[in-house]
This record gives sequence, structure tokens and C-alpha cells, in this order.
Amino acid sequence: MKQIALNRLDELFAAISARQTLLIPQQLENGDAEFRPWSAEAKLYTGLKTSRSAKDAFFPQVENLVGFKVSEQGIELMDTRDEVQPFTLFGVRGCDARSFDILDRVFLAEPVDTFYADRRAAATVVTLACNRPETTCFCQSFGIDPSRPAGDVTCWMDAENLYWQPNTDKGRALTEALSLLEEGEEARAKRVEEDIQAVLKRLPLKDLSLDHVGAGKTKALFDRPEWAELSEACLGCGACTFVCPTCQCYDIEEFKSGGSVRRFRCWDSCMYSDFTLMSAGQPRPTQTERFRQRFMHKLVYYPDNQDGLFSCVGCGRCLVKCPIHMNIVKVINALKEGTA
Amino acid sequence: MRRDPLIPMIGVVSHIRVDTPDVKTFRVIGLDGKKPFEHIPGQCAMLSVPGVGEALFSITSSPTEEAYLEFSIKKCGCVTDWLHAMTPGQQVTIRGPYGNGFPVDTEFAGKDLLFVAGGIGLAPLHSVINYCRHYRDRYGRIDIVYGARSKEDLVDYEEILNEWLSEDGINVHLTIDREQPDWDGHVGFVPNYVKELSPDTGMTVVMCGPPVMIKFTLGGLMELGFPRDGIYTTLELRMKCALGKCGRCNIGSKYVCKDGPVFRFDQLDELPDEY
Repeated sequence: MKQIALNRLDELFAAISARQTLLIPQQLENGDAEFRPWSAEAKLYTGLKTSRSAKDAFFPQVENLVGFKVSEQGIELMDTRDEVQPFTLFGVRGCDARSFDILDRVFLAEPVDTFYADRRAAATVVTLACNRPETTCFCQSFGIDPSRPAGDVTCWMDAENLYWQPNTDKGRALTEALSLLEEGEEARAKRVEEDIQAVLKRLPLKDLSLDHVGAGKTKALFDRPEWAELSEACLGCGACTFVCPTCQCYDIEEFKSGGSVRRFRCWDSCMYSDFTLMSAGQPRPTQTERFRQRFMHKLVYYPDNQDGLFSCVGCGRCLVKCPIHMNIVKVINALKEGTA
Repeated sequence: MRRDPLIPMIGVVSHIRVDTPDVKTFRVIGLDGKKPFEHIPGQCAMLSVPGVGEALFSITSSPTEEAYLEFSIKKCGCVTDWLHAMTPGQQVTIRGPYGNGFPVDTEFAGKDLLFVAGGIGLAPLHSVINYCRHYRDRYGRIDIVYGARSKEDLVDYEEILNEWLSEDGINVHLTIDREQPDWDGHVGFVPNYVKELSPDTGMTVVMCGPPVMIKFTLGGLMELGFPRDGIYTTLELRMKCALGKCGRCNIGSKYVCKDGPVFRFDQLDELPDEY
């Protein structure tokens, strides 16, 4: 283990940044915190979570796929792929770190999405233990340990130091390049870990029960009457999907200017009415079906296809952002109550 | 250019055939003049007109057709409107093949086959039917029941008349919804016609058509005593990637683009009714 004094964090960031692009959580002018490239003026956001998840680093909201030059002679393909350089993503919390595993199972499954794969390969993920988990946090329900988050490097912070534990070859390579890191006091990092564990035991959502959801539960849950009531006030705004670290649905659209066409993909939401609309019909005609799809996907369909793994990490962002205060915890609990 | 499954290749529309007032069949070859890729009957491909959009279509030609891929396409939206306005020699983009396809070399082998199609629903079955005709000795009896609104709406009518109807061991039963002067064949809806024909329940059924045709034909087949695991259909839902990643063509835990589009009815019984 390594460590560095908190008053030398800027030196650490400068050293990483000299080697490759460094993204850290920073507070923006509008008050939101987001991952942004480090600069000498940048300050590490010390709050718990960024407004949007860390998935943007691998699955950006908008991304060019390919271009076309269209003329009388025909169509010519144009390479519009962004060049991906090695980068370090610092300050990822345990919930977002798990979301990368969940996204990997979609994008890295055959046939591999090379846009996503390139970014994953280029990234070194440095995670940070959650000193102050919030009342909206329920990652522990999904077996995530926020006191020791997974990542290429795991970090802990106390009032004086940042403790630095490389876990993978990528993490060790980064560590070796950072000569300013000192020998770490494992006992002090351990104390931080234990303090976090104590907080976790007091969180209001710690006893969220998941026994009634998960793989194989389609028949038991699909036709439940609770869906109509739960979805009644849903505005279909899609805010939940946009802040969600595991939502991975995307649209492919085109932008036409002159003789060239730029084909890009962008985030989409199953909460939107045109998501499944076809000239031949609409399999999810009302918000109830669309609402049900989102939660069934995270709680049943994804687990069905991915060895029981849930596609929710308990980050609580949707609990904070939903304008009608609906969220996955309420859905899980309502389905539990209705389960005899 | 670095490849990716979402980056298509350029295709040339080498030939366009007018099938019905709203269906045309497009022959597509690569820039090298060859068939863009190999496929299994029932598989699909993404065709696009850059600047207009990309959409998924069933490959209508049989894999045994060595020179090209064909797509019978009904005019019903942005991309299809544009395709219908094309002239031979123009280019599109193409990627694929996608989906599981029909089990022509496994579950269908040695079986008596009953094809039931309505309207443009013949398109995905056309590939299977011609594959089975090419390898005729691998299959038993072949019956085809095909219906459309009118004689003019029968897709592939010339090929049916000139090739299928004259072939030994293939029984083609055509029907149209309403009487018309130049038609002396059967008149009536496909579900009723199938019941009238009372096919042997040992036949493997392959069905594609409008949802209402599927629903009532399935009901009729159940009454006749057909097992649900002997009836196949092919589905379509909106798709963007066709790779199981964009997240919109699922029915429960199954993605139509990669787990389908071909399903048996006993498999569909396990899925939620959302298609």
C-alpha cells in the first residue's frame, strides 16, 4: 500500500496528468459535480457522488459511429471514430465501479462493441471508498462493498492522507510511475474501512429485500397489478435512465449536412413512447408497459441473461432525480408487499 | 478504417422487381459485384439509405442463391419510401446477417413442412421455401398456403406460378380475401383455408403474416391437434443495433435480434405477451 498527504493531492494529480489524461469529480458552476479533465485550477469534489454516473467515460452520451459522403456516384464511408488515448478515471465510487462490470457484459459480449472496448482498454480506474454513504445509498443490497471498492487501484481517505492500493497490472503500472507516493500505513486505511462499515449498518435502505425479484421471476411479476399504480404518475421524462450508471440503451441517428451524413449513437430511454414504435405497431403502448420494462429489465431480464447479476448498483441517483419521487426502491418494496 | 459491427458495408441495388402495388424486391450486391455475405434462411440484414435511416429487413433470397441477396420490401415508412423511389445502380449500406434463422438443417430435416403466409409475410418464408426446394430430397412433403388481399397483392406471384406450382411434391394453395373477375382460385382468409385443408398434424408448420392471421391460424391448428412445439414463426420489433445491445427489441429476457427472430410457439408461451 502507498499513501500521500491530502495537501499534496494536487501534486499527485499533476503527476498522473503528466502521464495521461486524468478525469476527477469536480463541482461545476451550476452546482452539479461531474467527472472532468484535471487542470491546475481543478479541485477534487469531496461530496459522495457525481450527478451523472461515471459511465460517460466509456459510453458517452453522443458518439460518432461512421460518416458517409453521398453523391451521384454513390456512397463513401468516412472514418469519424474519435481517437482514444490512455486515461485515468479517479474517484470512482463502488457503485459506479460495479456498473462497469454490468456494462461490460453487454458491450463486450460478442460481437464486441469496439468503441466501448477501446475506452475500457485505455482506462485505469482508481476508486475511492465512500466515507459518508448517504441515506439514498443501497449498494450493499447488491453485494457491493463501498468501504473497499473494486478497481485497478482502491483508495481510502482520512483527514490527513489518501491511501492507495493497486489491485491489477494496470493499477500497478500507474503506481510505479508515481514516485511521489510514500509507503502506506495499512492500519490507518483499515480504520477508514471500519468506520465506513459502521455507517453502512445504520443506513435506512440497508435491509432492502431482493428475494422476490431476480432471474426466473418474469411470470411471477410481469402481470402484477402494482405496475399500473406505480407508473400512474410517471412523466416519461427519462431522467432516471440518464443518471443511471447501468442504463445502456441507445439510439442510432443521423445528422445530414450538405453531401455528408454523420451517423452517431446517443443514449435513449425505454421510458420514451417512440422507443419501440414501429410502422407496424407499438408493443408498449402506454407508460405502464414502458415503466414495467425498465424495472423488469434491471431486476429480472438482465439477471436472467447474466447469471443472476442485477442491473442496479444502488447508487440512489434515481431516488434523488425523479421529479415524481418514484424509484426502484419503491418498486422493489411494492412488489414485495404484493407477494403473498 | 477500423471495423465495428455497427459500421456497414456499401451495397449496390443491382435489380428492382415490382411485386405488388406496395411491394418491391431489391437485389443487393457488394461493390465487388459479389453477394455481400452468407446467411441462413430466416436471418435479417440492416439496410440503410444514409441521411434517411437504417432499418432491419428479412433476407428473402435463399442461401443457395450464389450471386446476390434479395429483399422483398413493403412501402410503409421513411426508409422503405426511399427504397421504393430508387433506381437500379444506386447504392445503399448493408450489414448482417442477424438472428438465428430457421433450423433448416436440424429440426426441419426429414420433416413434412407446411408453410402458412399472409401478404408480405411470405418474404421471410421465401428464403426457407427455396432452400427446401433446392435440397428437395432432405425434406418430406411441402405444402404452402399463401393468401393476400387480392391477386395483385400476392408477392412473388410470377415465381409461384412458373416454378412452385409446376414442381412435383410441392402443393401450393393460394387464396385471396375477396372474389375478383380474373381469379378462379380459392377465396377466403388464410386461417379458414388452413382448417379446410385439414393438414396432417405431424407436419412442421412455418408461419408468418399479420398478427391477426397468426392468431387465428394458430387457433385453428390447435383445434386440429397440432403441437405448439411443431409451429414456428418469425417476429419483428423495432431495432437499432441488431446486436443485442441497443435494448429495444426484447420480449422479456429474449432479444428478437439475436435470440430470434425465429421462435417456436412453445418458446413464445414462456415469454410475456409484449410483441
